[in-house]
Amino acid sequence: MPTFVYMTRCDGCGHCVDICPSDIMHIDKTYRRALNIEPNMCWECYSCVKACPQFAIDCRGYADFAPLGHSVRVRREEEKGMISWKIKFRDGREKDFVSPIRTTPWGSIPSPAELAAPSADMMKSQQLAHEPEALNVPVLPALRPDQLKQGLV
Amino acid sequence: MGRRKTVYVDSDILVIGGGMGGCGATYESRYWGRDLKIVCVEKANIERSGAVAQGLYAINCYMGMQWNENQPEDHVRYARNDLMGLVREDLGYDIARHVDSTVHKFEEWGLPMMRDPKTGRYQREGKWQIMIHGESYKPIVAEAARKAATEVYNRIMVTHLLMDKSRKRVAGAVGFNVRTGDFHVFRAKAVIVAAGGASHIFKPRAVGEGMGRTWYAPWSSASAYALPILVGAKMTQMENRIVLTRFKDGYGPVGAYFLHLKTYTENAYGEEYESKWREDTKTLVGDYVDRHPVPTCLRNHALLKEIAAGRGPIRMVTKEAFQDPHKETIGWENFLGMTIGQAVVWASQNIDPKHTNPELTTSEPYVMGSHATCSGAWASGPEDYAPAEYQWGYNRMMTVEGLFGAGDTIGGTAHKFSSGSFTEGRIAAKAAVKYVTDRGRDQPQVSDAEIEDLRKEVYRPLEHYEIYRNEIVAGTVSPSYILPIHALQRLEKIMDEYVGGISVNYMTNEPLLTRGLELLGMLKEDAASLGAEDLHQLQRAWELQHRLLASECVAQHTLFRKETRWPGYYYRGDYPKLDDEDWHCFTLSRYDRDSGKWEMEKAPVYHIVD
Repeated sequence: MPTFVYMTRCDGCGHCVDICPSDIMHIDKTYRRALNIEPNMCWECYSCVKACPQFAIDCRGYADFAPLGHSVRVRREEEKGMISWKIKFRDGREKDFVSPIRTTPWGSIPSPAELAAPSADMMKSQQLAHEPEALNVPVLPALRPDQLKQGLV
Repeated sequence: MGRRKTVYVDSDILVIGGGMGGCGATYESRYWGRDLKIVCVEKANIERSGAVAQGLYAINCYMGMQWNENQPEDHVRYARNDLMGLVREDLGYDIARHVDSTVHKFEEWGLPMMRDPKTGRYQREGKWQIMIHGESYKPIVAEAARKAATEVYNRIMVTHLLMDKSRKRVAGAVGFNVRTGDFHVFRAKAVIVAAGGASHIFKPRAVGEGMGRTWYAPWSSASAYALPILVGAKMTQMENRIVLTRFKDGYGPVGAYFLHLKTYTENAYGEEYESKWREDTKTLVGDYVDRHPVPTCLRNHALLKEIAAGRGPIRMVTKEAFQDPHKETIGWENFLGMTIGQAVVWASQNIDPKHTNPELTTSEPYVMGSHATCSGAWASGPEDYAPAEYQWGYNRMMTVEGLFGAGDTIGGTAHKFSSGSFTEGRIAAKAAVKYVTDRGRDQPQVSDAEIEDLRKEVYRPLEHYEIYRNEIVAGTVSPSYILPIHALQRLEKIMDEYVGGISVNYMTNEPLLTRGLELLGMLKEDAASLGAEDLHQLQRAWELQHRLLASECVAQHTLFRKETRWPGYYYRGDYPKLDDEDWHCFTLSRYDRDSGKWEMEKAPVYHIVD
C-alpha cells in the first residue's frame, strides 16, 4: 500500500515518523505502532524502510498498477557505509545489489566556521567558499558585460 | 486555539526549505557570515527532505573544467537550446562557473563518486552528468547544513512570508509546527526561499493508491512559488511546465539508459520513429528541431505523435544492453538509488529488461525550476556581468527587497539539477550576507496586527472543521467544508482539462484557459472553507493553498504567451507555432494580493553572443 508496517515487528519507536518526508508515517493510537496514514501520498522513497531498526516496514507496490507477490527489501548499514538490496519478482526470480553510501565517517564534515574567516576583499569578489582552490582551475571564470546581447542566436 | 503557543525566532538569515538549495544556502551563509544567526526551517526533516530525499544516481550538472571537459558557456548554450532559446543566460552561467567547486566538496564530504577506470576522472554518464552512488546524497548534504546552521527547525510548514511595515522589504515568515501545533514567527533581516516546486497541480496518470508515485516528489507543494507570489515578487516562465518521458507507472529515470547504457526507443512494431516526425515538427518550430541535442520537449512531441498515430506503446530497447552484466547492474542500481518505485513495478510485473523491452510513457506536467524547465521567480543577476535590465540589487534577490531564492524558486535557470540548486543556494547566501551586512542596524519592522491576522488565517481550517464537523453524522461529505484532498482533486482536474494536462494531450487555448481561470477562482473562494481534522491535514490544507496560487500563476502565464514555444510540454491550439518575432522573450507576472489581480509583461532575453 506503498509502505506498510508488520504488527509483530514494530515496537512503536517512531523513527519512521521522524524521517518521513511526506508526514504520512504516524503512530496508531490504539496499537501504539506505526502505520502509513495516507498511502496515496507515499512516493515509495523508502526513507522509513531504511530508518526502521526492527525491519518492520515493507512496501507493497501501488494497487493501481502493481500485481502482488513481489518484494524489494533493503538493509542500509551506516557504520559499514553500504546498502544492500534484494529484489524478488512475482514469478520468484531474485536479484541482489550492494552499493557504497558514504566514504567518510558520519559526522566528519567540518563546519565552515572552522575555516579561516574570509577577507573583506573576498567578500567583494564573485568567489564562493573554497574558491578558487576547490574549482581545481586557477581562476573563477567570468563573462564580460558586452558578451550578453539581445537578439536571436 | 488559545492553547497554541507562539514561538518567536529572530535571525539574520532565514532559509526556508532544507533541500539541496536550502542546504547550500545554509552552508554558505555561515562561511561568509561568521557571527550571523542562520536559521533553516523545513516542513519535513532535512535528513531526508526535498526532491533528493530518496537519493540520486547521478549529478546532472558538472562542468569538469579541471579536465577541460566543458566550460560554463557551453552549459549555457546547452540549456538555451533545450529550452527553445529562452533561459536567463547570466544566471545559468553563474551556476555553471561555480558548480564544480560544489561537486568537489561533495566528494570530500564523503559522497561516493564513480570514476572512469581508464582516465581516473569522474565517470561520465553523458556530457553533463557524472555517476554517483548517491543513496545518502541528502543525508551527507544535510550534515553539512546542520554543522553550519545556528538552528534547524524541522517539521514546520511555512505558510506565509512576513513583510516590513513599509510593505517594501521582507521581514521573515510564519508557519506552524506540524507536531505540536505551535505558531512560529521567524523574524529575519534577509530571507532565502529554497522551497520545492510543484507536483500534483495537474491530474496524475495514477489516481488511486498510486497517485503518490508522481515523477516529482509529492511533497513538492509549490511553496517555492506561492510564498514569493503572495508578497508581490515577480515570477517568470511559469507557463514552462515540464512533461517527462519515463518508464511507465514508476516514472523511473531514463538518463542513464539513453546516455550510458546506450539503450534506445522504438514503437510497438520495432521501428525508429523520431526522424519520421522531423519535417512535421519543423513546420511548428522551424530549425530548432535541427539543433543538437534535440530539445527535450521536441523528443516528447515525436513520441506523442507516434502514439496518436496508433503505433504505441513506445518501448525502451534494453534487451541488447542488459546482456552485459555490468550494464544490467547499473540499470537496476540506477532505480534503487533514486526511484525505487520503478524497481517495485518491474518486480511486480515480471519485467526483467534483459528479456523484456519496458514501456515508456509521458508524465503529467510539473512546474519546477531545476530540470529541463525553468519556472520561478525573476531574480537579479551577478554583479560582474549581468545586463542592466537584469540587475536591481543583490545577486538572486527577487523584486522584493531582502527576499532571495535558490533552486526551484529561481526562474530562467534550467538544468541546474541537484548540484546547481545547492550552488545557487550558495550564491544567494553570499549575496544575502552582503545585504544583511550592508543594512547594519537597519532592521525590518513587523506589525503585531499582521502577525495576529496570519495566526488566525493559518489555523482557520482546524477551527472551521471543529465548528461544522457535528453538522453531519460522519464521513467526508459536508455542505460547509471541503477537505484538502477534495480541493486537490478539483485543482488537478481543472488544470488537467483546461490548462493542458494528460487527458487533453497537453492541449489548451484561450477559451479553455479563460474558463479554467474562472473555475480556479471559485476554488480559491472555496479554499477559505477548507476543513482540517488535525495538524497533518492542516499541512495538507496549506500545501493545497500553495499549489492553488501557483496554478493560477501557471494559467495566467499560459494565457499570456500567445504561441506554442515548447510542443511536447504543452500546446496552444489557437497559436500552434513557435513565434520568435513576438515571443522571443520572458513572460513576467506580478500578483496583487489585495485585488487578486495579475499584471503581465514581457522581458528581454540576453544571449551570450560570441
